[in-house]
Amino acid sequence: MVTMTSKKVLLAAFLIIFSSSVNATFVEASSGAAHPEEQSWTTNGLFGFFDRKQLKRGWQVYNEVCASCHSVRLIYYRNLSEIGFSSDEIKKIIADVEVPAGPNGDGETHADGELLVRPAKPFDKIISPYPNDLAARAANAGALPPDLSLMTKARKNGANYLHALLTGFKDAPANFEVSEDMNYNPYFPGFQIAMVAPLSDEGVEYSDGTKATVEQMSKDVTAFLIWTAEPELEERKRLGLKVMLFLLVFSAMLYAVKRQVWAKLH
Amino acid sequence: MSTPTWKNPIIKWVDHRLPVFTFIDHSVVTYPTPRNLNYFWNFGSLAGLVLVIMIASGVILAMNYTANTSMAFDSVERIMRDVNYGWLIRYIHMNGGSMFFIVVYIHIFRGMYYGSYKEPRELLWIIGIFIFLAMMATAFLGYVLPWGQMSFWGATVITNLFSVIPFFGETIVQWLWSGFSVDNPTLNKFFALHYLLPFIIFGLVFLHLWALHTHKSNNPLGIDIKGDQDEIPFHPYYTAKDALGVGVFLLFFLGFVFFAPNFFGEPDNYIEANPLVTPPHIVPEWYFLPYYAILRAVPDNFVDVWGLLPVIIPAKTAGVIAMFSSILLLILLPWLDTSKVRSANFRPTYFWLFWIFVIDTVILGFVGAKPAEGTWLLVGRLATLYYFVHLVVLVPLVGRFEKTKPLPDSISAAVILSGTDIKESS
Repeated sequence: MVTMTSKKVLLAAFLIIFSSSVNATFVEASSGAAHPEEQSWTTNGLFGFFDRKQLKRGWQVYNEVCASCHSVRLIYYRNLSEIGFSSDEIKKIIADVEVPAGPNGDGETHADGELLVRPAKPFDKIISPYPNDLAARAANAGALPPDLSLMTKARKNGANYLHALLTGFKDAPANFEVSEDMNYNPYFPGFQIAMVAPLSDEGVEYSDGTKATVEQMSKDVTAFLIWTAEPELEERKRLGLKVMLFLLVFSAMLYAVKRQVWAKLH
Repeated sequence: MSTPTWKNPIIKWVDHRLPVFTFIDHSVVTYPTPRNLNYFWNFGSLAGLVLVIMIASGVILAMNYTANTSMAFDSVERIMRDVNYGWLIRYIHMNGGSMFFIVVYIHIFRGMYYGSYKEPRELLWIIGIFIFLAMMATAFLGYVLPWGQMSFWGATVITNLFSVIPFFGETIVQWLWSGFSVDNPTLNKFFALHYLLPFIIFGLVFLHLWALHTHKSNNPLGIDIKGDQDEIPFHPYYTAKDALGVGVFLLFFLGFVFFAPNFFGEPDNYIEANPLVTPPHIVPEWYFLPYYAILRAVPDNFVDVWGLLPVIIPAKTAGVIAMFSSILLLILLPWLDTSKVRSANFRPTYFWLFWIFVIDTVILGFVGAKPAEGTWLLVGRLATLYYFVHLVVLVPLVGRFEKTKPLPDSISAAVILSGTDIKESS
């Protein structure tokens, strides 16, 4: 009797240890920032997927708004085919883009003080707005606009946080003094962020007729950034379902085998 | 144990010259095993499985990884994006680390509950502790390789712990760094060591199994095998049972890999290492949290409280000593535990002490994730104190004064008496 009850206690305790010590790392409250509201993303859950129309809109928002300060340096133009752009559309996207071409045959990257450039190809990385961090800081009053490639993985509760941040700009409360060149945002740790509210209604014109509200653009660009952070997400979840299904059947069979083998003993 | 006669001429020829088949037969086929092992005895084989998975996935990762501070972070992202199924291999390896610790923690607690460390299995237990230490070192080194913010700052904090070693501390730390801070030579060194240590673990596992097979498995009753009626051959009974364990474990493991691959991780490690920006909270991976709590629990005025020690020990030194001794003390457990009865099923007082100890380690885990201040620091200090009181005071005393329940005459007697369930009476 003792064994059976203690077994159960033992099991329960291990589950508690496991779940609690794991959760312990997540209960950490982010210091001084509002809690982002939970949004529904198509990428959530066991059957999560990319809404390619939304990702294309998100790319448009990134390209026309965010890209003036933020890079997505881990993404290549060729990757855009994964979110539904045809190769002709990608060619159109890179039509006016120039990338550094140097060093040339003489080992030079510049000619007459001008950077040597060539037209971008799909195998090029999406160009960054600034040549380096120092140039980025110089152009932004000392603040460094972070690279966005991994943003939804690099922040706690990434996607919800990003959406809350993008839509969360408002006037500071009367008793809160905002420093020079800073903006009030309750979702940013410390409440002050160097970025000016980037989105405004009708800031972009969607070709698919979707109304470009701040809410809509924020969701679209966040969905796009979920993709840049986890381009494998859709394939991962699809493969995962098959693997889980296989393992369920396989384990059930192993259970039957175990019962059969041990039946001789009992 | 007799040598099996092999019918296949090739096997026979080989076995006569190098008895690998006989070895396999003795180790995992006819190997006699107590007939009453419960599912907590699955975790040894699961740990072995995870070790193999980690080595296999790690070798593939190493083919695509670049141990250079300017390229490491991007090379990992290239694995995630451009290497065929690189994301799968990397997520398996990343979550495999957490799985290894989950499985091994259950394995260790199982040993503590059923007294598996007691005579004649002391060396088996001690080798196990060394495997655990080697695992911790390997996990720490591996966490540095992606060169994220937590990689860099974790490496900085942990390597600095060695500076408390008297006389040679600074030298040792500089040797670990191969320089004057965590930098490119450190990353190179850590990569080499991270690749080396698993093979040392593999060797230790071999010794662990050798010691195990010398005196055979302990069992939930904690009494010795007394005859053939107490044992069953490993195959097919425990091969079938272990295989079922593997199926269920893989469901759990791969569930995280495919559906929550970053559940155990810190978001900060997706930010490339930057020596100029310290993260607001430097936290280790979840499996180190209890030790991190112990490290930070020692008060600054540790020595002032007692004023007895001849040498002044700074808080940091005392914290490091406390942290390392929390693990090293386990080596002495076979002698700290004075009870002759192994299984906690027959030890009514130790039963509760065991569970309080388990809860204590969980509390330490919670505290390790919090900033070391206020109530959490106090809780951490009490939990740390209890951890040592349990091992050094309570366990030795209870063994002496506890009135244990009567043990069954034999495993088979207990099994036959109650069918599948084992009763306590003899």
